[in-house]
Amino acid sequence: MTSANRADYEQLRLADLHAFYGESHILHGIDIKVNRGELVTLLGRNGSGRTTTLRAIMNMVGKRTGSVMINGRETLDVPAHQIARLGVGYCPEERGIFASLNVEENLMLPPTVRSGGMSLDEIYDMFPNLYERRTSQGTRLSGGEQQMLAMARILRTGANLLLLDEITEGLAPVIVQKLGEVLTQLKNKGLTIVLVEQNFRFAAPLADRHYLMEHGTIVEEIQAHELQDKMDILNTYLGV
Amino acid sequence: MTELLGIPPQVLFGQMLIGLINGSFYALLSLGLAIIFGLLNIINFSHGAQYMLGAFAAWLGLQYFGVNYWVALVLAPVCVAAFGILLERTLLRRLYREDHLYGLLLTFGLALIIEGSFVHWFGVSGQPYAVPESLQGGQNLGFMFLPTYRGWIIVASLVVCFGTWYMIERTRLGAYLRAGTENPQLMQAFGINVPLLITLTYGYGVALAALAGVLAAPIYQVSPVMGSNLLITVFAVVVIGGMGSILGSILTGLLMGLIEGLTKVFYPEASSTVIFLVMIIILLVRPAGLFGKEA
Ligand SMILES: Nc1ncnc2c1ncn2[C@@H]1O[C@H](COP(=O)(O)OP(=O)(O)O)[C@@H](O)[C@H]1O
Ligand SMILES: [Mg+2]
Repeated sequence: MTSANRADYEQLRLADLHAFYGESHILHGIDIKVNRGELVTLLGRNGSGRTTTLRAIMNMVGKRTGSVMINGRETLDVPAHQIARLGVGYCPEERGIFASLNVEENLMLPPTVRSGGMSLDEIYDMFPNLYERRTSQGTRLSGGEQQMLAMARILRTGANLLLLDEITEGLAPVIVQKLGEVLTQLKNKGLTIVLVEQNFRFAAPLADRHYLMEHGTIVEEIQAHELQDKMDILNTYLGV
Repeated sequence: MTELLGIPPQVLFGQMLIGLINGSFYALLSLGLAIIFGLLNIINFSHGAQYMLGAFAAWLGLQYFGVNYWVALVLAPVCVAAFGILLERTLLRRLYREDHLYGLLLTFGLALIIEGSFVHWFGVSGQPYAVPESLQGGQNLGFMFLPTYRGWIIVASLVVCFGTWYMIERTRLGAYLRAGTENPQLMQAFGINVPLLITLTYGYGVALAALAGVLAAPIYQVSPVMGSNLLITVFAVVVIGGMGSILGSILTGLLMGLIEGLTKVFYPEASSTVIFLVMIIILLVRPAGLFGKEA
């Protein structure tokens, strides 16, 4: 995908997005733009509102105001179960592997939302462990395998906008490395990715841009090439 | 003829047959309750009334529209399920976020209203419903006489129960149901219309109750209170089996029917209380039930 092409197409745009859980006002006017084929991170401390931002995009918060454009379409009034159908794949922070389903059932669970998703064979090629354990109960897998499964099942659906929440959290370095390779492959395929991360070292070489969050707002936008110059800002907000 | 422990085999097998028939009804009803509880988080106290509605739908259909048994077997559950879906859409839907207790109170109240209305219209005395012609008569099995209709009840409920189990445990639709029971919010995020899944699940659970009602019509009287009597026992069965287990509710239902039948043979005085005794014992030694998961 050429850079001209990328700049042309806005896959996701949040404008003045506010989100609430009951009475608590969590997001205070978020503005984010992600072009097709970009990999963008949301960085911030625990509790800064990164997960809530992804959940607000999925219409999984109590209430939201402002604007959420997905693929050029305003989705503020779209019911939660129709967001995925716009080509969105969501990988939640807690992974959400189903205990009552085996690995293959977990993998086959999310319905296809667009054509062009990966086939079961391609997925097993990418994650050979999942093939070996395909008849095991989903939650019997190791943490790393569960994370692979949570990623793999949204790749099958053909979603072209992936929202990934802390996929490296608590995983061994080899698995983190494997996830990095997978993300590179997905980026090369032209998928658009929003990555919520704690692990800055993991995110830095992969991302085109970074948004820094604090107290439910975006405090800084950093291009990949500006990273070196802005390390002190990052330090302030992340304590890396 | 030889006797077992001083009991003539005809008596023993006869009571076991009755036990199995009761067990079939327990299984069908507790299965429906388990499915509904799993996805809706509601203890459906209208279940007995919906069973009664199934029997009445069959009886009314025959009486006023000449609808025969076989058609009623399909039509009555469909109609009662449609009524259930109406209740779910208008009333139950408002309670999913609340404590179990609210759903229990609402469905209990609905059951009282439905049963009260039917007592008002039809009186408490039962209406007879004839065994369909093709299922009249019986077979002499040598050790006992098996009325055809009773055999049919057992076969039909086993097929429906295990068919339902297969659908839930082995098909894609069943995977939606299991996953929706675990984490409905994530299912929505995957693009599954969970409210619709909930409505259909409730409809299916209610249809199972109504089907049991139609099966029961020819052997019990069709009466407005037939469901409330049965439901108390079915709830004891559910407690014994453990809430929420599909296979558990089927097996426990059949087992409790058999135990009840055998008690009738060996110690008839306890036959109407034995299930409650078992319930107490289970609650003492395994509070989550035979098949329930410890919380
Ligand atoms: N379900 C909820 N109800 C109320 N407050 C919540 C809920 N989930 C998160 N919060 C609050 O929202 C804020 C942002 O949380 P979150 O989006 O999870 O942050 P992050 O993902 O960046 O760690 C935190 O203060 C958290 O306590
Ligand atoms: Mg988070």
